[in-house]
Amino acid sequence: MADRKVILDIQGLGIDFGGLTAVNDLNMQVYEGEIAGLIGPNGAGKTTVFNMLTKVYQPTRGKIFFDGMDLEKKNVVDTTKAGIARTFQNIRLFSGLSVLDNVLTGYHNAITYSPVEAVLRLHSYRRQEREAREKALELLDIMELKDDAEVIAGNLPYGAQRRLEIARALATGPKLLLLDEPAAGMNPQETEELMKMIRFIRDHFEISVLLIEHDMKLVMGICERITVLNYGMMLSQGTPEQIQADPAVIKAYLGD
Amino acid sequence: MKNKKQLFIFDPAYRGRTASFTLVIAAYVILQALRSSGNLSSLFASLLVPVTCYIVAAIGLNLNVSVSGELNLGQAGFMSVGAFTAVCVSGRLVAAVSAGIPRLIISILCGAVIAALFGFAIGVPVLKLQGDYLAIVTLAFGQIIKSLITNMYLGFDENGFQFSFVENKCSLAPGGKMLLNGPMGATGTQRIANFTAGTVLIIIALIIVYNLIYSKSGRAIMACRDNRIAAELTGIHIANTKMLSFVVSAGLAGAAGALYGLNYSTLVPNKFDFNTSILILVYVVLGGLGNMTGTIISTIVLVLLPELLRSLQDYRMLIYAIVLILIMLITNNEKVKTMTKSLRSRFAAGRGADKKEAA
Repeated sequence: MADRKVILDIQGLGIDFGGLTAVNDLNMQVYEGEIAGLIGPNGAGKTTVFNMLTKVYQPTRGKIFFDGMDLEKKNVVDTTKAGIARTFQNIRLFSGLSVLDNVLTGYHNAITYSPVEAVLRLHSYRRQEREAREKALELLDIMELKDDAEVIAGNLPYGAQRRLEIARALATGPKLLLLDEPAAGMNPQETEELMKMIRFIRDHFEISVLLIEHDMKLVMGICERITVLNYGMMLSQGTPEQIQADPAVIKAYLGD
Repeated sequence: MKNKKQLFIFDPAYRGRTASFTLVIAAYVILQALRSSGNLSSLFASLLVPVTCYIVAAIGLNLNVSVSGELNLGQAGFMSVGAFTAVCVSGRLVAAVSAGIPRLIISILCGAVIAALFGFAIGVPVLKLQGDYLAIVTLAFGQIIKSLITNMYLGFDENGFQFSFVENKCSLAPGGKMLLNGPMGATGTQRIANFTAGTVLIIIALIIVYNLIYSKSGRAIMACRDNRIAAELTGIHIANTKMLSFVVSAGLAGAAGALYGLNYSTLVPNKFDFNTSILILVYVVLGGLGNMTGTIISTIVLVLLPELLRSLQDYRMLIYAIVLILIMLITNNEKVKTMTKSLRSRFAAGRGADKKEAA
């Protein structure tokens, strides 16, 4: 692991909401090309960590370095531009837009023509729009959504909506993909396919993945390293084997 | 190659687009034919330009209300800004640019730009907030603009412009002219607007709105409407995006107002009051949110309806209200909805077959 480059470095991260400390003193790293996991019982602060990484919440303490850059002064849009993309626990699609348009929205910053060029339908508009569509369709093909390209996103079945969220996140051209409970609500077979898909995405786009998940089969199956959170504190960190054998983790999950 | 082309042509967006343009051009041709053959009553003929103005303002408002999802209750205020700007510009340029058409174009452009600037100034503090603030602020803006113009006196003579507020202190040299006259508004305007200009303006408005919607900006605007957080996390700057749609909407209202102002020799500030804003909103809502063709049809019907009911005298606004309610009930009726749906799918099926044959 030492020869791999650190893409995400979290140092002493913490956040308070009023008097409540939701996350405290979290240290963790994600390496380039790695699939890492963040697990913990309900309310442990996992999604809060994602919200801090994307600057939806401003951390109270600690530092986040992404690809060598300090995120302290950055806003939400900056984190996306820097290369962090995420999906949401409760799906957040642009439900009134078509599947294709949802993915095209992900290319927002890659497309550079101005509104005036768009209104006048200049060459730059047509070329960039065509290129973005080609790339979007490729992505939809990978996510097995190509046949639904013109369906309104809100009308898709649940599993497909989750895949579309990943497609949209990938369209922003991330270096790190944050997946918030990607397997929630999926049956075992769908979860199996999702695991293959996540691995494929990592290899194909050469990105790192950090995922929050309750499905232990998925977590233990694809994560190379796992961090366990409990009551906002880091409980344990290590390979799936180490985590499964850690008595503190077992206690947190199963009780005494 | 074939595939790419198909994607563009069969985009559902483009179907609505064709319908809108066809409707506007067909209506123009028919009405012009009727008018030149003398079959159009003078009442109808006099309504042609105002209808086109309201359509342009409603198309702008539709972008704001349904595509961007922000309620704007000050569209008449922006029309007012555009109208009085255009009337002043045109009045000032009468001598310099005597030909009607160039002066009309310059005046409309000025009206649109100034209204858009007002939109920008209002948008800066408001669009960063979530919720109904825009509705409240635009409502206030409409009222303020009305009061401001009611108290403005602007005149010019060979020495330049003279401006005073609340009471008329302009002492113009002989040959000078008052452009704004307080509560009397603008008088003695040369009527240079016409139906053709109005139709061209509608087409330009449609091109701007459609081309904007089906671009990166339009997707961003709708993304912000559908899910603010996800839009931001997709790298979209929300305030800028909302600003774009708001400014374009204000600019279109300004252009519409400019055309309106130049269609009458006298224009009073009270013309563009809160009721006018609400009327334009009714055109948009009744026409169907996001549906430009519907907006055009509903504007035509609702502008003409009170005039058609004029023979009923005192009862006409009552009937107008009843018709409005009936239209809403009928278009929302489940049976009517299923009927239009089945008709649509039949069309779509036919198109699908064509597609397969083509492939």
